[in-house]
Amino acid sequence: MVPLLIPMEGDEHGWPPGVHSFDSRPLFPALGPEWGWLNNHLIQAIIGAAVVIGFWLWMARGQQVVPGRKQFLGESLYNLLRNSIARDILGHDFRKFLPYLVALFSFILVNNLFGQLFLFMFPTFSKIGYAYGLAILSYIVYNAAGIAKYGFGSYMRRMTLPEGVPVALWPLIIPLEFLSNFIVRPVTLAMRLFGNLFAGHLVIMVFVVGGSMLLTMTEPTAGFPVPLLNTAGVVSLLFSLAIFALEILVAILQAYIFTVLTAQYISSAIAEEH
Amino acid sequence: MLPLETGGIDLGPLLPEHLSELFAGIGLALIIWYVVAKKVVPVFEKTYADRADQIAGGIEKAEAAQAEAAAALAEYRAQLAAAREEASKIREDAKAQAAVAASEIRQAAQEESARLVEHARAQIEAERAHVVQELRGEIGGLATELAGKIVGESLTDDERAQRSVERFLAELEAQTEATSA
Repeated sequence: MVPLLIPMEGDEHGWPPGVHSFDSRPLFPALGPEWGWLNNHLIQAIIGAAVVIGFWLWMARGQQVVPGRKQFLGESLYNLLRNSIARDILGHDFRKFLPYLVALFSFILVNNLFGQLFLFMFPTFSKIGYAYGLAILSYIVYNAAGIAKYGFGSYMRRMTLPEGVPVALWPLIIPLEFLSNFIVRPVTLAMRLFGNLFAGHLVIMVFVVGGSMLLTMTEPTAGFPVPLLNTAGVVSLLFSLAIFALEILVAILQAYIFTVLTAQYISSAIAEEH
Repeated sequence: MLPLETGGIDLGPLLPEHLSELFAGIGLALIIWYVVAKKVVPVFEKTYADRADQIAGGIEKAEAAQAEAAAALAEYRAQLAAAREEASKIREDAKAQAAVAASEIRQAAQEESARLVEHARAQIEAERAHVVQELRGEIGGLATELAGKIVGESLTDDERAQRSVERFLAELEAQTEATSA
């Protein structure tokens, strides 16, 4: 690694950006490490939840049979979740799970978009703890739905042993299905969300922080002249805008995927035919 | 910072920085879930149900109106047909009545004319008889006087004169009857 001789005052991120760039800042450092959980990212998550709740309550207020502009917006979003995700995947049972899917999608979406919002500039789910939390919740929801419908024993049998498998293959199929349905699903659910946002945020940091560092260089560094370094900084910052657009897409896409997969897992748990 | 211990394996960024993140994530999602389930989804679903009801009601209302219009049309058509029938009946009655009245009038007129003719004929007959009576007397006198003037005193013989007058008158009468018949 080329040693950089750049003073880093006023830059909260170290160079190069890495795992440490995602560390939370305690709100009250003076209270010591036991209060480390009370940090900026927790506040951000709470604000995200408040925004989601506020948005939906606002949309639900004063509904008319003939919708106005506001209600049309709310219904478009609601219909996307209700018809395109919940009803299409879950069929006639969808209403029971609709509130969870609506909550999940909007909570993830708002927190993901915080990564592109100048107030926070940080996607909450790039902290893997939050992604684990939602994955655990979805895991509980879809398994509970299956157990409630078929009973524990019957549900476990349905989920580990597809119909029509010859007895000779049972020792192979049962562990594989168990691994797939009970371990891989929740882990991949959390990691997919976390990984996309973590990587996206890291790339943005590299381009923005690196670009601004290059732009503000006043001495030749690592054998490159100053004008070249500054030009590279401009190019890097411009390119970060493209990454920003991409990250907005990723933010929406990941919220959608997480919700669709949760619906899919619920559907397979309560399906009539495995 | 309070990094969690992992028993020797370095999970890197896959290890939550604080275990509290898990609980925060689950807790916040549960709160949102609760609010959405209690205050948002029921409102949206009620709006949808109301809308569906209203559309169904509108269709029903339109169908009822259509049926009513069809019934009214049928009624008007029936009334129109009845009115036409009645009009033609009235026309026929009038025609028949007119025919009866015309024949009655004609008959009365014929009777009247016959009566008038009869009356006139009787009057004429009476007048003729009267005239004949008068003429007979006058003509007898005139003839006697004329004959007396012509034959002078030969007619003084009253008996003869009377006979010839009688004869003459009988002839005349026979002649008159022959002509009038």
